[in-house]
Amino acid sequence: MGSKKKEDVESSESDNEVTESRNDKNKEESTDISTKLTKEEAKKFYEEKGIDLSHDVPIHSIPIPPFEKSMADKIVSKFGQKAVIDYVRPNRIRVNTKREDILDIAYFIRDELKFDHAESVGGVDYPDSKEIEVVYHLGSYTDEQLGNKIIALATKVPREDIPNPGKDSTRTPSLREVFYSVEFHERECFEMFGVYFEGHPDNRRLLLPEDWADIPPFRKDFKIKGR
Amino acid sequence: MATQLPPGIELEKVDDRIMTLNVGPQHPGSGHMRLIIKVDGDYIVSCDPDPGYVHRGEEKMAEYRNYIQNIPHLERPVIHDSCNILYPYCLAVEDLLGIEVPERAKYIRVIGSELNRCTYILYWLAIYGIFLGHSTMFMWPVGDRELFIDLLEAMSGARVTHAYFVPGGVRNDLPANFEERCLRQVDYFEKRLKEYEDIFYQNPVLKQRTEGTGILSRMDAIRLGTTGSVLRASGVDFDVRKKEPYDVYDNLDFETQVLREGDSYARSRVPYLEMFESCRIIKDALKKMPKSGSVRTKLKPNPKGGNDEVYRRVESGRGSLGYHIISNNRPEPYRVKISVGSFRNLICIPYLLKGEKLGNMPAVYWSLNYWPVEADR
Repeated sequence: MGSKKKEDVESSESDNEVTESRNDKNKEESTDISTKLTKEEAKKFYEEKGIDLSHDVPIHSIPIPPFEKSMADKIVSKFGQKAVIDYVRPNRIRVNTKREDILDIAYFIRDELKFDHAESVGGVDYPDSKEIEVVYHLGSYTDEQLGNKIIALATKVPREDIPNPGKDSTRTPSLREVFYSVEFHERECFEMFGVYFEGHPDNRRLLLPEDWADIPPFRKDFKIKGR
Repeated sequence: MATQLPPGIELEKVDDRIMTLNVGPQHPGSGHMRLIIKVDGDYIVSCDPDPGYVHRGEEKMAEYRNYIQNIPHLERPVIHDSCNILYPYCLAVEDLLGIEVPERAKYIRVIGSELNRCTYILYWLAIYGIFLGHSTMFMWPVGDRELFIDLLEAMSGARVTHAYFVPGGVRNDLPANFEERCLRQVDYFEKRLKEYEDIFYQNPVLKQRTEGTGILSRMDAIRLGTTGSVLRASGVDFDVRKKEPYDVYDNLDFETQVLREGDSYARSRVPYLEMFESCRIIKDALKKMPKSGSVRTKLKPNPKGGNDEVYRRVESGRGSLGYHIISNNRPEPYRVKISVGSFRNLICIPYLLKGEKLGNMPAVYWSLNYWPVEADR
């Protein structure tokens, strides 16, 4: 009985294309289950029970806050096309840029906007578009007003199918001379994603063992055993 | 005698003055983490931290499990502060999925978070005591920690790994008579805490070993991007609970504890003073909490986040703790990045130990509130 109900849930979630294709795949695998409801029947079943299965995310409906908007406008008026504002939300701004311009924008954020330290530096792997994104989350201690604000500064670097960390084209300028606090975060990003930070004085491994001989483990093509 | 060495291995040149010491990676003294220290006589000339002995790949594991299955394993890096490491995850997932949390659950989460903060600080203090050869200070906090562990056990059913916070609220409601019991135990603990002052913080041996060692100036604390008690001991008034209040912290009555000295003594004292504030928050929250009502918004089965990303942070026992979650219309997150206080404070270790006497190393190292398992994730 429990497994039947699970199937209903799977088959009735079809809000977007991604789930659609996934459901189709599930359907092919489980066509022999005779008790399975059709999509319409399942929808009716849940409507009668009063259960809403839609997945609306209301975060985009929040109005744009003026303080953050003015800060984003400062960046755009200074750099124009070089800085793309991805989103402006309460206390959060995200700026996308090319790796050639990231140092200039980082200096501007530090000297003009008074952000003084990095909270985190993380990589995101996108194997489909052959890119790795490096995201810096920058915060401020010195300015009273900016205590709750965080700027995410992101850049994309090319990704190679057979990585050779430190020697291939997966490289970006290091922000260590701008924000000293990125030192260990960038070292972690280097070993986990194979992104080489040019100008970093100490591009050594940090967390991984010295004899690690596999690809950088946080890339999507590194699979956990048994999964 | 010339010895044949296998390829890839070379002998270090032994100098007359400089000697290399490996501190760790076994537990006593450094906590599953190695410090490669070079000494000239009694003075440290360079230090190279080598973490990673307890790296578990939490961020990778989170990409394989859905938003609910991620709860129990994400608290493993700091099992004695497990509420606080789950807190930003719950806040982030609530943002992603657009879930409203009931008012009573917000207060329960604040109480759980503060009880857990006390548990963590007492554990840390006990180890600081034994680091400095003060065995009474090992026994007292470990004994008093039981008060909070009992309360958290009554709350969640588990002594250390609670898995109590879930996206949408908390797992279950408080048991009957919890409020009275909590008030009684917190009152007792506040009286007890005052005794720590005489036996530990006014102890001349402790003062001699920690005062004036490992001084971190205000500008350096900012430049190095430190967080938590390390930052506040250097005179920067920054606490995420005050600066970016989450849940109901803006309704509650408490202050941030800031000291200006920036030495090991100040860094060891800030968490102690924060325990008084935690007690204050707990008592205030118990008073203001709605006496009944729902404690959990039920999630839809197998929830999915949209094509979105979110960065949320809270103040944990070791400083600001943030989650950067990226979702892509799947039940599993696409990427989870955990930014923890210990990893951010790691940069202080080589900075502060340079020029320090070797005997001061434990006093400086543990005052940084560094938890190796959390730093490695």
